[in-house]
Amino acid sequence: MVAQIIFLVLTLAAIALFTVNLRKIIRNIRLGKPVDRHDQPQKRLMTMLRVAFGQSKMVVRPIPAFLHFFVYIGFIIINIEVLEIMIDGLFGTHRIFNGLGSLYNFLIGSFEILAFTVWISCAIFLVRRNILKLKRFSGVEMKSWPKSDANYILITEILLMSAFLLMNAADAKLQLLGASHYVNAGAFPVSQYLMNILPSTESALVIIERSCWWFHIIGILAFLNYLPYSKHFHILFAFPNTYFSNLEPKGEFTNMASVTNEVKAMLDPSFVPAETEPGKFGAKDVTDLSWVNLMNAYTCTECGRCTSVCPANITGKLLSPRKIMMDTRDRITELGQNIDKHGAEHQDGKALLDDYITREEIWACTSCNACVEACPVNIDPLQIIMELRRYAVMEESQAPGSINAMLGNIENNQAPWKYSPADRFNWAQES
Amino acid sequence: MEFKVPTMAELMAAGEEPEILFWVGCAGSYDERAQKITRDICKILHHVGIKYAVLGTEESCTGDPAKRAGNEFLFQMQAMTNIEVLNAYNIKKIVTGCPHCFNTIKNEYPGLGGTYEVIHHTQLIQDLINEGKLKAEGGESFKGKKITYHDPCYLGRGNGIYEAPRKALEVLDAQLVEMKRCKSNGLCCGAGGAQMFKEPEKGNKDINVERIDEALETSPQFIAAGCPFCMTMLSDGIKLKDKEQEVKVLDIAEITARANGL
Repeated sequence: MVAQIIFLVLTLAAIALFTVNLRKIIRNIRLGKPVDRHDQPQKRLMTMLRVAFGQSKMVVRPIPAFLHFFVYIGFIIINIEVLEIMIDGLFGTHRIFNGLGSLYNFLIGSFEILAFTVWISCAIFLVRRNILKLKRFSGVEMKSWPKSDANYILITEILLMSAFLLMNAADAKLQLLGASHYVNAGAFPVSQYLMNILPSTESALVIIERSCWWFHIIGILAFLNYLPYSKHFHILFAFPNTYFSNLEPKGEFTNMASVTNEVKAMLDPSFVPAETEPGKFGAKDVTDLSWVNLMNAYTCTECGRCTSVCPANITGKLLSPRKIMMDTRDRITELGQNIDKHGAEHQDGKALLDDYITREEIWACTSCNACVEACPVNIDPLQIIMELRRYAVMEESQAPGSINAMLGNIENNQAPWKYSPADRFNWAQES
Repeated sequence: MEFKVPTMAELMAAGEEPEILFWVGCAGSYDERAQKITRDICKILHHVGIKYAVLGTEESCTGDPAKRAGNEFLFQMQAMTNIEVLNAYNIKKIVTGCPHCFNTIKNEYPGLGGTYEVIHHTQLIQDLINEGKLKAEGGESFKGKKITYHDPCYLGRGNGIYEAPRKALEVLDAQLVEMKRCKSNGLCCGAGGAQMFKEPEKGNKDINVERIDEALETSPQFIAAGCPFCMTMLSDGIKLKDKEQEVKVLDIAEITARANGL
């Protein structure tokens, strides 16, 4: 009974804490500017099913796709086991689903195989990061916390899977001993090989089985609460992020409605603009970005596929699309913390542009969309870069000199170069 | 040129309308290298007998470089002025010689009141081949020649057009070889996003050199392009590598014109 109460309290506390943090993140995302992404629900649903559930953009890199698939499937399917653990924990039962008979054996057997493949995949991921030191996982933005974060996640998953398998091994051995409470249920294709390393006395086995059971479930609850602080949040946000992703051609950039009104008024003095919201052009800080940009930032799992295909980054420039996303997330997190500590009106005098992202980074972008294409969860770093450029150019008139010259040429000669409009058709005169 | 390139103003004066407007673009109008491509596109249009016209001196920058540089004001000024001209001429269909113009007019003009059917010149060439109006005969033979095609970002990733340019090359019976990074994974030439008009930021290599190195790995005789900016970047790269004699960078329109003896 005591165990059941402890279990109930722990579970409720974990869910409550997670809810509080999740709501903070959603509140932070809502600090972004509105943008309508509720059109074409069917197409959005299909995009989510294909890209998030179906992992369709992962296959470009087969090895990590293969390993990630196991961890992903393992995560989803082993959650059925968590359901049983929850019921057992609350009602003091043991393997409550064993009434399913052969289906139960099949399920437990499958979970074991999946747990094993998750274990192996995470171990390989650790090797790729820490021993092979793949270039994709390095970079200025991947020092300190982001580097540890990835390792903590992988180690935790390995520990959770180890506890799960060890628990089953002890359980299986107890079943063989005919221990009371331990019903004959389940198939143990993997953990049977662990039985030999376990002690053979019933009391010791019960301690191991219970310890692993508690470690596994507390580990899962703790991990749930680690998510809001971690890049691992993508396991939840990949779904809404793909659902609300851009459905238009990647080459199309938004037309700013506030500008349209001003331009129309300039070209046609009789034009009376509809209601316009005053405000700045482009983005200086994260609150000038759209909520989709901010959701993108929370969804980023720092895999670095974007940066590894960025032509600027490949050729040694400072720009890294992954850093753009991480900076955006770090800044919106900071703003959220400011609100919690000092209230909504607090100004800290910092901004995304200059305090996090430098001018050199935003001007190195070729707008080639390689980063957007590469992202397995449809994050769009290019849109953020463009919003920062818009601010630099339209609010501050601060662009590189040659860009200003080009803009001046368009304004005066209707071409980005300094040629006379009268000469525009001269090409037809020559052969 | 051996024939007169018709302008919209002339057609209108004669009470006629073209089947398609050829949007030349700034590079195609002023850049010497790109002017050759422009003339070849006209030669193709003339050769197949499509009724077409250009805007001539009435054409103006689409505003693409201004938009990518962050100057939405200038972009919309350009866009609305152009849309006024295009709508006044009752334009329905446009072919562009540049993926940037193509993307801007196709995707960004409709929201500002300019809706047209817009195709890139490689799509036109593909259509003409499919309709049997254009073949690869009567000119230079590319049979068995090694050609690698560089995807322009605003045609490929930007608008998902990967097949049309390749189909336009397939008719040549040449040996098409793909670079390691191609199609949706294609590497930018380095000119997009208004980079064409500025010096690159500090780094350890120029993007066009990175791309040329990759192109040269396929040991091609021709590098096919579909964008005047890519043309500049790739040609500069080839010059830098001192490979101008062995490797020619040609636009797909130029290759098509040559293959047909135009």
